[in-house]
Amino acid sequence: MSTATDNVLMEVKDLKVHFNIKADNAWPWTPGQALKAVDGVNLTIYEGETLGVVGESGCGKSTLARALLRLVPITDGSVVWLGQDLTDLDKKQMRDKRQELQMIFQDPLASLNPRMTVGDIIAEPLRTFKPHLSKQEVKDQVRAIMDRVGLLPNVINRYPHEFSGGQCQRIGIARALILKPKLVVCDEPVSALDVSIQAQVVNLLKELQGEMGLSLVFIAHDLSVVKHISDRVLVMYLGNAVELASKHSLYDTPRHPYTKALLSAVPVPDPQHERGKKIQLLAGDLPSPINPPSGCVFRTRCPHANEDCASQKPVLENLSSEHQAACLRLAEIA
Amino acid sequence: MTTMKKENILEVDNLRVNFKTPDGLVTAVNDLTFDLAQGETLGIVGESGSGKSQTAFALMGLLAGNGVIEGEARFEDQNILTLDEKAMNHIRSEKIAMIFQDPMTSLNPYMKVGKQLMEVLLLHKGMSKADAFEASVKMLDAVKMPEARKRMNMYPHEFSGGMRQRVMIAMALLCQPKLLIADEPTTALDVTVQAQILTLLNELKADFNTSIIMITHDLGVVAGLCDKVLVMYAGRTMEYGQTEDVFYRPTHPYTKGLLEAIPRLDGDGEALATIAGNPPNLLNLPAGCPFQERCLYAEDRCRKEAPVLEEYQPGKLRACHKPVNWEVAS
Repeated sequence: MSTATDNVLMEVKDLKVHFNIKADNAWPWTPGQALKAVDGVNLTIYEGETLGVVGESGCGKSTLARALLRLVPITDGSVVWLGQDLTDLDKKQMRDKRQELQMIFQDPLASLNPRMTVGDIIAEPLRTFKPHLSKQEVKDQVRAIMDRVGLLPNVINRYPHEFSGGQCQRIGIARALILKPKLVVCDEPVSALDVSIQAQVVNLLKELQGEMGLSLVFIAHDLSVVKHISDRVLVMYLGNAVELASKHSLYDTPRHPYTKALLSAVPVPDPQHERGKKIQLLAGDLPSPINPPSGCVFRTRCPHANEDCASQKPVLENLSSEHQAACLRLAEIA
Repeated sequence: MTTMKKENILEVDNLRVNFKTPDGLVTAVNDLTFDLAQGETLGIVGESGSGKSQTAFALMGLLAGNGVIEGEARFEDQNILTLDEKAMNHIRSEKIAMIFQDPMTSLNPYMKVGKQLMEVLLLHKGMSKADAFEASVKMLDAVKMPEARKRMNMYPHEFSGGMRQRVMIAMALLCQPKLLIADEPTTALDVTVQAQILTLLNELKADFNTSIIMITHDLGVVAGLCDKVLVMYAGRTMEYGQTEDVFYRPTHPYTKGLLEAIPRLDGDGEALATIAGNPPNLLNLPAGCPFQERCLYAEDRCRKEAPVLEEYQPGKLRACHKPVNWEVAS
């Protein structure tokens, strides 16, 4: 089941987000160093599709999510939303655009104001963007969306602390969807939830997407969850996109050595499979994004790296109409 | 996996953990019974609040002040639940060790890693400083810490999450314990790092013949590491048996629901089966079976009387009035 179409919603070109950081003991006049959280990512988001973004901690997936909504300062590159470059907009114009771009956060309780009732939290976007609505209209819309995400109408006057994690995430989803946005960026929406609750929330997001024709950017470190919800998947490593492909193509025939290692590391609840499988363990740790390796950022841990990988930076190349990977030695290691 | 009958090093009988809270008595662990042979690995799985961590804390004598233990846990034929602090310290130092979920909060941020490791040996083994240093370096090597000698002189914040967890494992193994209790040791780690740590635990199991109790919510981790599985819900055992039986032929509706609700890498990516509702509040458990409100198969009897844990086949225990017959196609 997929509602994906060919209409381009958002086009991201060579997006870079660098943070300027300084050591604690640095002199005031020493220049800071650039932490390259996202370093040149290109991607296109189509109407109605779900783009999964996976990678390990520190790979820049959350920064990428925030950059799509311009919630972090963008160092370079462009984010074109329906023909308009978001990086050109001033604060007020950007605020208007945010009606169409919403976000769901990881920690369901921390992203809700503890001193507001559920009804107020969900109604806040309406009051901000549609102040002309009457009280009754606001209330009707809040009730409608609460019903849609599976919250009982009698909880409207309760506070967030009275809810479990899964319920809080439903409140967060209702708040994101009440303005009928076109794109919702979900930053690890289910990683804080228990397995049985996680399945409920994943199914809910999928259903809502089908009904409302939403596009989702779904960020997670859990490759199994991403497989369930996504149409296409982007794999990131140290601020760089290393592979971008349709779900089936990526999971059935991963091409980049990092993606292969990542997929082999995911435990599958099947004892015989788990005991028989060969895990490609990666040597060492993630390098620092302040001083990333030259050339290919993955070369320090890659079993196939050679001298060329140190001097040349690979870019995403088309392997087929639905599969791109960034590796210099793809032909040799296939 | 071994089928040979081995001597049990740990036998837990009707373990019950109650907490006195201002809102009333909470039973976090309810009549838990299991045993563990030398070199065997038991996985305890369950969702948050199912009592799996409290089981570990009870065995280690680390319960919060308002916790009350009932039942028995015989470790090498000695009930460790009634030991005094001094005797327990002795067991904790040499026989049973524990690794915790968050390696940053369980290491002392003010102390160099080497000193923290050596402390164990100085205190419990009475080693000289030089010997303790060498033994610690050797153990860091054994857990595959690169440049172990150099790292002895570093502080925990200079290590990555996976490296800190290696330090914790090294520290737990310094006195060569017979039993290692691992409380969600890989939950805070990335998958590729998790794979490294699990591979390491599997090797240690083979090298030192250590028994492991692996507490986790990740059924994939259990599948790769454990010989036996105990599925917990609301403080009670739902199902207990050999890993392959529980995974391929689960008979409890909760186990089945759990297995169906996990998104799988080898699955087809269509809609997930869900378990409706939320885990129950331990202060206010439903009458009868704790799972009945969320169970697809519940009938009148389930709402009235709680099912008792019974051995329905040799080595397989289950608490359910309406067991399911389900086989995973492999």
